[in-house]
Amino acid sequence: MSRGDFIALLYIVAFVLFISGLRMLRGPRTAVRGNQVAAVGMAIAVVATLIDQRIGDWGLIALGLVVGTAVGIPSARSVKMTAMPQMVALFNGVGGGAVALISVVEYGEALEEGGNPALEELIPILLAAIIGSISFWGSIVAFLKLQESLKGRFAIPRAVNAGLAALSIALAVAIAAGVESEGLFWVMLLVAGALGVLAVLPIGGADMPVVISTLNAFTGLSAAAAGVALDNTALIVAGMLVGASGSILTKQMAEAMNRSIGNVFFSGLGAGGPAAAATENGGTVRSTSAADVAIQLSYARLVVVVPGYGMAVAQAQRAVADLAAELEKRGVEVLYAIHPVAGRMPGHMNVLLAEADVPYDKLKEMDDINGEFARTDVALVIGANDVTNPAARSVTDSPIYGMPILDVDKSSSVIVLKRSMSSGFAGIDNPLFYDPKTSMLFGDAKSSVSEVLGEVQQL
Amino acid sequence: MDLLTELAILVLAAFVGFEVISKVPNTLHTPLMSGTNAIHGIVLLGGLLVIGPADGFLEDLLLVVAIAFGTINVIGGFLVTDRMLAMFKGKKPTPVAGAGEAETPEPPK
Repeated sequence: MSRGDFIALLYIVAFVLFISGLRMLRGPRTAVRGNQVAAVGMAIAVVATLIDQRIGDWGLIALGLVVGTAVGIPSARSVKMTAMPQMVALFNGVGGGAVALISVVEYGEALEEGGNPALEELIPILLAAIIGSISFWGSIVAFLKLQESLKGRFAIPRAVNAGLAALSIALAVAIAAGVESEGLFWVMLLVAGALGVLAVLPIGGADMPVVISTLNAFTGLSAAAAGVALDNTALIVAGMLVGASGSILTKQMAEAMNRSIGNVFFSGLGAGGPAAAATENGGTVRSTSAADVAIQLSYARLVVVVPGYGMAVAQAQRAVADLAAELEKRGVEVLYAIHPVAGRMPGHMNVLLAEADVPYDKLKEMDDINGEFARTDVALVIGANDVTNPAARSVTDSPIYGMPILDVDKSSSVIVLKRSMSSGFAGIDNPLFYDPKTSMLFGDAKSSVSEVLGEVQQL
Repeated sequence: MDLLTELAILVLAAFVGFEVISKVPNTLHTPLMSGTNAIHGIVLLGGLLVIGPADGFLEDLLLVVAIAFGTINVIGGFLVTDRMLAMFKGKKPTPVAGAGEAETPEPPK
């Protein structure tokens, strides 16, 4: 077996590890191992490449690896949990930057070989350069915005970005058509970079994860293009895996926020402003999935169930009790918060839950439980509305102002199970639903709870 | 390798990428993004392969930076993902995992 074949074989092992790792990252139980599996794949790919005959300049390679490690490890270790998104943006950006730099050198090499470089060599180099540069500069802006080093609103007319995109493509076409100039190549990189900066600049905080995910997919694509230019299958496969999976992930992230990707990128450009994303109620509602609720509940320490009329209507009490039993088996503490007027008659909830064999000492009166919400990880509101409405505390002209409520909004996160966005018995809007830490699971309470129970059992 | 073979690999890898991410719970969106982010650090290999044939101070400099960038992307990416996933590590609901280790997992946001 030649050395080249051996390297190709090791690459294939790396692909298997990358793909299995990605698959495992889809579930909470396997995710940690999935990440490690992908990392092993990467180590194998790097070692395989180092035994390639073309490898030279060991000193410089060592320098790059050492500097990268010396910067990478401490920054990844020391970053605060809350600063994770900007860290990912930064790591993504340097990846795109690496692609752009490599493409510059590749272009120089292609020119040196003499004659006009072949199109099939030039096109992937140009693509890698443009996409890599957009990703690098876009990620830097995303980082600065998340770090809040870059504040304020920016409105960039759509025509400016379209013009920059057209200009970078025109430069690429000129280079492909035979204008042999490294200077022009750098200009093209700068124009693409400006496009990256201006495209990300107007986008606001809440939409940033979608932007980073898009740029992540971009870097993957640019790595794949660089792979075609370098005739390297590892770059092609791994880059394209990220390009494709990153695109799907971007779409799912946008959907989870009830936004389209186009909406994220272009809403800031028109006259929209901050209101573009908001409903007339002054906030957005985040909907969630049973699988997600299951994860949140299973990894919580204290879950407080807040039952209401919706649970009674759907006859969901037994499903709720089953879910609670399953969570308790996993070491989660589950309590029930009973508002005096929850349901349609006093004691309504107590009767239903007793019927489902929920131990009496788990049912807490409002005054006993309100102090507990501060240490509650997840408040699970099942078909209750008005009794959780924070407007009763603060909005003086609200019809329920002054009514004592369950302070579910004090807990770390709130999940509301509800049939639709209709208002409660009192017919008033509930700001709790628009709270950023609230997510909504729409549907019939009984089937929703059963679905969540099914997901918890699979974890 | 000829261009058409490379394009075939490219297209197939795209389909695998689409298929492998079917339905991901929202809670895992950020770690998954971070994990895929680490994988495109593979571009590090490009830097390693090109630096040998490259000559001239500028090209060497660009490639050392590229290798450092790629390394940051890979190492930082995997480490950060691992830290994000730590909340799933402690209280693993499988009976296999040793109970009691790391009894205070980060609560999910």
